[in-house]
Amino acid sequence: MKVLNNITGVATTRVDGRKKVTGTAPYTAEFNPANLVHGYIVNSTISTGTITKIDTTKALDVAGVREVFTHENAPLSVKINADYSDPMAPPGSPFRPLYNDQILYNGQPIAMVVADTFETARYAAGLIEVAYNTSGKSTTNIKDNLDRAFTDDDLPDPPKPRGNAKKAYQESEIKIEAAYLQPREYHNPMEPFATVAQWDADEERFLIYDKIQGVASSQGYIAGIFNMEKEKVRVLSEFVGGGFGSGLRPQYQLFFAAMAAKVLNLPVKVVMTRKQMFSFGHRPACFQEFKLSTDKNGKLTSIQHKAYGETSQFEKYTETIVDWSGLMYACENVELNYKLVPLDVYTPNDMRAPGGTTGMYGLECAMDELAVKAGIDPLELRLINYAEKDQNEGKPFSSKELKACYSRAAEKFGWKNRKAEPRSHKEGHTLIGYGMATGVWEALQQKASAKAIFTAEGHLTVSAATADIGTGTYTVMAQIAAETVGLPLEHVTFKLGDSTLPKSPIEGGSWTVSSVGSAVKMVCVSLREKIYARAQETHPELFAESMIEDARFEKGELSIRDGRAVSFMEILNADERKSIETSVNSEPAENRDNYSCYTHSCVMVEVHVDEDLGMIRVPRVVNAIAGGKIINPKTAESQILGGVTWGIGMAIEEEGMMDDREGRIMNANLAEYHMPINADVQEIDVIFVEEKDEIVNPLGAKGLGEIGMVGTAAAIANAVYNATGKRIRELPITLDKLL
Amino acid sequence: MNNFSLTQVDSAEEAVKTARLSTENNRYIAGGTNLIDLMKYRVENPDHLLDINRLNFSEISSLPDNGLRLGATVTNADTAYHQEVQKNYPLLAKAILSGASTQLRNMATDGGNLMQRTRCYYFYDTATPCNKREPGSGCSALEGFNRIHAILGASEKCIATHPSDMCVALAALDATVQVTGESGSRSIPILEFHRLPGDHPEKDTNLEPGELITAIDLPEKGFSQHFEYLKVRDRPSYAFALVSVAAALEIDGSTIKDIRVSLGGVAHKPWRLPEVEQQFIDQQATPQTFEAFAEKLIAGAKGYGDNDFKIKLAKKSIVRALLTALEK
Ligand SMILES: Cc1cc2nc3c(=O)[nH]c(=O)nc-3n(C[C@H](O)[C@H](O)[C@H](O)COP(=O)(O)OP(=O)(O)OC[C@H]3O[C@@H](n4cnc5c(N)ncnc54)[C@H](O)[C@@H]3O)c2cc1C
Ligand code: SF4
Repeated sequence: MKVLNNITGVATTRVDGRKKVTGTAPYTAEFNPANLVHGYIVNSTISTGTITKIDTTKALDVAGVREVFTHENAPLSVKINADYSDPMAPPGSPFRPLYNDQILYNGQPIAMVVADTFETARYAAGLIEVAYNTSGKSTTNIKDNLDRAFTDDDLPDPPKPRGNAKKAYQESEIKIEAAYLQPREYHNPMEPFATVAQWDADEERFLIYDKIQGVASSQGYIAGIFNMEKEKVRVLSEFVGGGFGSGLRPQYQLFFAAMAAKVLNLPVKVVMTRKQMFSFGHRPACFQEFKLSTDKNGKLTSIQHKAYGETSQFEKYTETIVDWSGLMYACENVELNYKLVPLDVYTPNDMRAPGGTTGMYGLECAMDELAVKAGIDPLELRLINYAEKDQNEGKPFSSKELKACYSRAAEKFGWKNRKAEPRSHKEGHTLIGYGMATGVWEALQQKASAKAIFTAEGHLTVSAATADIGTGTYTVMAQIAAETVGLPLEHVTFKLGDSTLPKSPIEGGSWTVSSVGSAVKMVCVSLREKIYARAQETHPELFAESMIEDARFEKGELSIRDGRAVSFMEILNADERKSIETSVNSEPAENRDNYSCYTHSCVMVEVHVDEDLGMIRVPRVVNAIAGGKIINPKTAESQILGGVTWGIGMAIEEEGMMDDREGRIMNANLAEYHMPINADVQEIDVIFVEEKDEIVNPLGAKGLGEIGMVGTAAAIANAVYNATGKRIRELPITLDKLL
Repeated sequence: MNNFSLTQVDSAEEAVKTARLSTENNRYIAGGTNLIDLMKYRVENPDHLLDINRLNFSEISSLPDNGLRLGATVTNADTAYHQEVQKNYPLLAKAILSGASTQLRNMATDGGNLMQRTRCYYFYDTATPCNKREPGSGCSALEGFNRIHAILGASEKCIATHPSDMCVALAALDATVQVTGESGSRSIPILEFHRLPGDHPEKDTNLEPGELITAIDLPEKGFSQHFEYLKVRDRPSYAFALVSVAAALEIDGSTIKDIRVSLGGVAHKPWRLPEVEQQFIDQQATPQTFEAFAEKLIAGAKGYGDNDFKIKLAKKSIVRALLTALEK
C-alpha cells in the first residue's frame, strides 16, 4: 500500500484564511439569536473582604434593563450541589461567581446587568453602588510573601534529588548563585472572552456559543453547575481569536450568560471588556533561585534550582518549572524544589509554554552566568554537558536533534563572531550583544477520537471536537486526511468546535497535531480499508484477487499495481449504501512510555542597547527547532514567529503592574500593558532541522505552539549582559533597570 | 458610559454660545480619541457633546508674519505630513509622528492634542482616589505606582504628567494658542497654556470654561537646521514618553546663538525654562555645555520612588538630543 500524495510537509495556506481576512468567519460574539439581551459584568474594586451593601435600584430603574444579578438574587440552584470544576481545574475549590458576599481578589465579578442593548447594560452597570468591608491587608506581591510558601500532597513532586548537590557545590571552585524574578503576564488574545447562551425551557437544554479552547471544557463546566447531563449542553466554538491558554478553562462570562439565559428564559450575550481580560487567569509571577557549579573543564558538578510560583487563595495552580533543570544537562548532583505562595489573586492559568518558558528562562540565564564564570563560550558549555538521555527518568529520547539545532543556529547567526567581553562591541551609542539559550518542550499526546464520512459526491468530512485557536488546526487536519485517503485538499473538510463531535482533548500543550492528528490519520487509514473492502464488492473483477497492500490511494482513485484504476466516486456510487463512514479512538502507543519525548530548540539573538538611555532593540533572532516531522511548514513557521515575539515581550516589555496596596492591576489595557508591536519584531529566522521520530506518534510530528517562546527571553537577557555587562535578573528588562 | 446627546455645531459663535448657555455638563468633541475613552471609563461623564468637526478650523495657512497657522481641527497626521510643516518645522513633524499610532493620528486633532488628559493610571481608574478626577479625594500615585509620573513642578496634590509629544515641540517653538470664548478671542502663549498642578490639579490648562481653541500659530523661526525630538519610552512605538526632549539650536560656527529645550514626560506641562536658555547664548556648543544646561533645566527634580530613574534619564536625554541637533 502506497501513498504518494505529498500534502503534509508542504507549505499550505490556511483553508480558513479567506474567511478570516474577509470577516466571514463567525466568532462567538457575532451570533445574534432573536430576542437577544446583553449582559454587562461589574467587578470588585477591593481584593479581600466582604460586600456589605450592593444597591441596584438605580440600575433597575433604567429603561431597557431586565435584571441585575448579584450574590443576593442568584438562584439557589447554582449554589447548592453545583459543581464548578472543569477538566483543567487544579486542586482546590474553583471560584463560584455570585456565590456569597466574599471577595477573593480584586476584579472579582460581583454583579451583572442584563438589558436590551449592550450600551444600556453598560450604562446601568455604572449606577450600581457597592459598599465593602475590607478585611485585612491585601497580599499580592510574591517576593514579599515568600515566607508563606508551602508544598503539600496536592502538588506534583519535582524529580527526586540525585547525588549530593549541596556538597558538590561546596566543593566546586567555579560556581554561581543567582535569583530571577518575573512578573504576572496576561494572555490578551485579540478576541475577548464571550458567550451567547440560549436556554430551551421545554427540552431543558442549553445551546451555547463560547470562546474556549475545547468545547468539552465549557460543556462539563455548565453541566456541573446546572446539574445536567452533558448531552443536554451543546457548546459551539468554531472560530477562536487566539487563546494562548486563557481558554483552557471556562471563564466567568460563561457562567453569567448561562445563568441569566436560564433565569430569564432569553438568549443572553456577555462579552468581556479588555479591562476584564485582566481579571482572571494569568501567567503567575515567579521567583527562582539557582546554584550551579562546574569543574574546570566546564562539566557541570551540581544544579540546585528552587522556584516559588504564585497561586490564589482557593486553588493550587502548579507549573512544571524546575524539572527542566534536571532534564536538560548531564549532571550527577541535582536538587530541585518547587513551592507555592498563595496570594489574593485569581488562580493563575496556563499561558503559552507554561512553566517551560519560566524554568528555562532561569536555567538558561544561570547557565550563561556560569559560562562567564568558567570562561567558556556559552554554546560550548551546553555542548560539554549535552544530555544523551533524560536525566530525570533515565530513559532514552524518542529523538533529540538538539545538536543539529545548535550548529545550524550558530552557523546562520554567525555565533563565532560573538565577542565574549561585555561592552566590547559598539557602534556609535549602540552597544551590541549576542546571547543564546536552549529551548525544550514536552511532546505530549492525549487520547482523541475522530470520525470520517466520505460521500458519493467525493467529499470527505473528518471531524473531532477539537479547536482551532488560530494555530491552523483546520488546515493541518485537512492535510493529514487528504494525504492519507489520497484526495486533493479541496475535497476535504475538517469540522471542529462542536461538543456533539467525537471527543477531543482541549487545544493546548502543543498536543493537538500529535493527538487529534493521530486520530485523524487513524480514521483515514480505517476509511481507506473500508473503501478497499467496498471496492472488492463493487469491482470484484479488479480487486477480488488483490491485497490492500498492493493498492494505491491517490488523486481520488484506487489503483493496483498493473495500473488498473477506478475512482473513489465510482466505487461509492456502485453500491446503494453510497457513502462510507468510520470512527476511531486513538491513544498514545504503549512503547512510548519507554521513551522521553521532547521538542528542542536553540535560540540566538542580537540586541542593541543605547548606552546612555537603556532602550533595547532586538534586530535579529535565529531559532532552530527540532520538532519531528513538520506537517505544514507555513503554519509551523508562523507558530515559531509568534512564539519568538512572545519571548521578546516577556524579556523586555510585558508586566501586569500591580498596586499591591489594593491588589489592583494598574495597566489593564493594551496601551499600557506593553506587548510587542511591529517595530519590536525585526528579523526572525526559523530553521526546522531534520528529525525522524517513529515513537512519538504515528505522524512523527511534535508540537510547535510553545517551543518558539521557550529560551527566547533568556537569550535576550544574556545578550543584554553581553552588550552592557549588566545582569538584569528581573523581567521585563526595561530601560530604568539599565541606567 | 453615560447617556449623552450630541450636537454638530456649524460656527464657533454657536459652539461657544451653546457651551455657555447650557447648564448641563458639556464637552467639545473633536477626534474623540481621548474623550471617548475617558467616557467609557466613566472618568468624564458629559451629558452633552458639541461636535466641532464642521467648523472651519480644518486648514493650515500662512500667517502675515511668515508664521504658520494650524487650525484646531486639523488632524495630527495632516499636520505632520504638511509640506510647510515638514520643511520649516521638522521638529514638530517628528514629535507628532513619534506619538500614538497611525490610526490615532488620523483621528486626533491638534486642538484635542493640547487638551488631552494625563495617562496617570489612577486618574483612569475610578475605583481609586485621585485629586485630578475628584478634587479632595487624595492622590493615589504619590505613594503608589508612580513610574510614569512627574519629577518637576509637581505638588503634593498631584504628580501627573502631560502626555503629549506635540505640545513639547510646540513649547520649544514658542507657539501661540488662539482661543475664543464668551468674552471674545485671545491668544495664549503655549508656555502659559498648561498649568502646574499646585492646589488645583483638576485644572489642566488656563482655558476658561466654554473657551474653544481655534488655532495654533507657529512663529516664523522653525529651527529646521538643528533640531531633535528624542522620545525615550518602553516600546519603540505606541507608547507614551518616559522622557522626551524637543531640542532646537541656532549655531554660528560653534557658538550657540539660540537654544530651546523643552521636556515631556516629566511635568504637568511641557517643561521649558527660557531664563536658563538665555544663560547659554553665546556659549560654545560642546558636550560639557550641554551637560551644564541639562543640570540647570532639571534643577530641583524630585523622584517619588518608581520614577527616580527619570532624573538621570532626563539629564542624559537632554544632552543626547542637543548633540544630535548639533550634528544635524
Ligand atoms: C492608545 C493611545 C496612545 C496615545 N499615544 C500618544 C502619544 O504617544 N503621544 C501623544 O502625544 N499622544 C498620544 N495619544 C493621545 C492623542 O494624541 C490624543 O488622544 C489626541 O491628540 C486627542 O485629540 P482628539 O481630537 O481626538 O481629542 P478629543 O478626544 O476629541 O478631545 C480631547 C479633549 O479636548 C477637548 N477639545 C478638543 N478640541 C478642542 C478645541 N478645539 N477646543 C477646546 N477643547 C477641545 C475635548 O473637549 C476633550 O476634553 C494617545 C492616545 C491613545 C488613545
Ligand atoms: S498624580 Fe494626579 S492624576 Fe494621578 S492620582 Fe495623583 S492626583 Fe490623580
